[in-house]
Amino acid sequence: MEDRYIISAKDLTKKFGSFTAVDKISFEVEPGEIFGFLGANGAGKTTAMRMLCGLSIPTSGKATVAGFDVYKQTESIKKNIGYMSQKFSLYEDLTVKENIGFYGGVYGLSKQQRKEKTEFLIDLLKIQDARNKLIKELPLGWKQKLAFSIAIIHEPKIVFLDEPTGGVDPITRRQFWDMIYEAADRQVTVFVTTHYMDEAEYCGRISMMVDGRIAALDTPAKLKEQFGVGTMHEVFVKLARPQSA
Amino acid sequence: MKRFLNFVWKEFLHILRDYRTLLILFGMPVAQVLLFGFAITNEIKDAKIAILDFSKDNVTKEISDKILSSGYFMLYENLQSPKDIEPAFRKGIIKEVIVFEPDFGKNLERTGTANIQLVADASDPNFANMVIGYTTSIIADYQSELSKGKTLPAMINPEIKMLYNPNLKSVFMFVPGLMSVILLLVSALMTSISITKEKELSTMEVLLVSPLNPFQIIVGKVIPYLFLSLVNSAAVLILAKYVFEVPTVGSLPLLIAESTLFLITSLSLGILISTISNNQQTAMMISLGALMLPTIILSGYIFPIENMPVVLQILSNIIPAKWYIRIVKGIMLKGVSFDYIWKETIILLGMTLFFITLSIKKFKIRLE
Repeated sequence: MEDRYIISAKDLTKKFGSFTAVDKISFEVEPGEIFGFLGANGAGKTTAMRMLCGLSIPTSGKATVAGFDVYKQTESIKKNIGYMSQKFSLYEDLTVKENIGFYGGVYGLSKQQRKEKTEFLIDLLKIQDARNKLIKELPLGWKQKLAFSIAIIHEPKIVFLDEPTGGVDPITRRQFWDMIYEAADRQVTVFVTTHYMDEAEYCGRISMMVDGRIAALDTPAKLKEQFGVGTMHEVFVKLARPQSA
Repeated sequence: MKRFLNFVWKEFLHILRDYRTLLILFGMPVAQVLLFGFAITNEIKDAKIAILDFSKDNVTKEISDKILSSGYFMLYENLQSPKDIEPAFRKGIIKEVIVFEPDFGKNLERTGTANIQLVADASDPNFANMVIGYTTSIIADYQSELSKGKTLPAMINPEIKMLYNPNLKSVFMFVPGLMSVILLLVSALMTSISITKEKELSTMEVLLVSPLNPFQIIVGKVIPYLFLSLVNSAAVLILAKYVFEVPTVGSLPLLIAESTLFLITSLSLGILISTISNNQQTAMMISLGALMLPTIILSGYIFPIENMPVVLQILSNIIPAKWYIRIVKGIMLKGVSFDYIWKETIILLGMTLFFITLSIKKFKIRLE
């Protein structure tokens, strides 16, 4: 596999008993790219992502993440990636400061680094007044932005976002994507799963998953052209519900 | 290591932040000890009695003094005639009336026998039995003193001695049981809840994706509760010793070592529960229903195992607390050395290894 790709997968497969959740998917992601993983619920997005994060061992196929093998080097992968899931990965009963400190520590930042990061993030998100507040007292949008900032606190090469914008209003979602763009500008590769089609438009390239397979993979503009439609939504409907519907 | 310590610190923060749970964790053992120690008691102390003395001689005075100075009884009133007896009981204050027959002292001197009547309020049969038992043994004691100087008749007095618990103090019996229940509750219940909580909030995913390995996560979750439980059992021991004067006869280091072993058994049970339950409610139900209840009922904590039907006696063998209670009773009350409790220790050790292996297996399956 070529080194210029930060993520590369070849015929990656995951079976649970007789059920094939992910069926021979192949793709490459370049550094600094925003790569979207789209699909209906149960299409295999999360399973594919879990394999790339080192949470789940593939049944067959090959894949490397940040140059490390997903079979044997899961520990090295974990040190080089960030992760944010659909629910907020922050501890509600800890304060903003404690959450930042905890995750910083988990990713091996020194005390000094953690202190600097805390100040930096609090400034960045303009939450000076809330630094000693418990997470549960913060509005949803703040939590989400904080969760993302914490996911990239150790400046990983790749950040995996599993349906990160569920349940927030479009304005907050837009602001959230601004943060994603900023991260991508710093050469952080963003791997995001979503089922919001407007979000799909923001991605650099998109892979559409249907029943465990990649049904289409290209930039949003080319996908729309290919299917002769105006929005990603229509592309999705065409792919997910083929002729039979 | 730094990562790990950082994780343990976070767990402590969780516990400290939830001050209501903390209050229950530390308040409950203290409340239980005090409750069991003071309220639920089956020993006699200053029971109020009345005396009806038809004789009023030196002998009856001596016997009365002896009974009243024993510490078990207190004179409430002196009655004058038999018809006072019933009204006296009706008031519900006195537990016993002692009646000396007329010419009690003279009869005893001349014929060697004299009659005394003990009337007790048997609306509480257990207590009445105890009151009678205590009185009879005091009288028997007096009798033996009386016959000391004489060669004949040689009187045989049964001497009753209560081994290990000379005053039949109930505190002695429940402290070991209470220790096991508290350790089990804090360790198993709290760990299983704290692990399933991470699952429920999906922070577990984030932890698993992080450089922390699953082993560190589990151990990190367990350590704060290990610490809490040790503090708790120390509190029970100190209360037992200074409030209720239950001494620890045996070796304290041995007791601590055995308690730590039981703690690890309970913690591994907690981990096991967390691997089979997906939310906090399930974890709590399993801990309380499948763990606490059998432990309270079948461990010998409240109900003696010897009195159970054979089936339950056999079943009680799978309750870890049964073996721990035996160990604690042995060390605390009898002061036995390791030679006497190695069998129990090995059984506990075996159970612990079994639960740990099982939960590691379960945990791995879940990761898939």
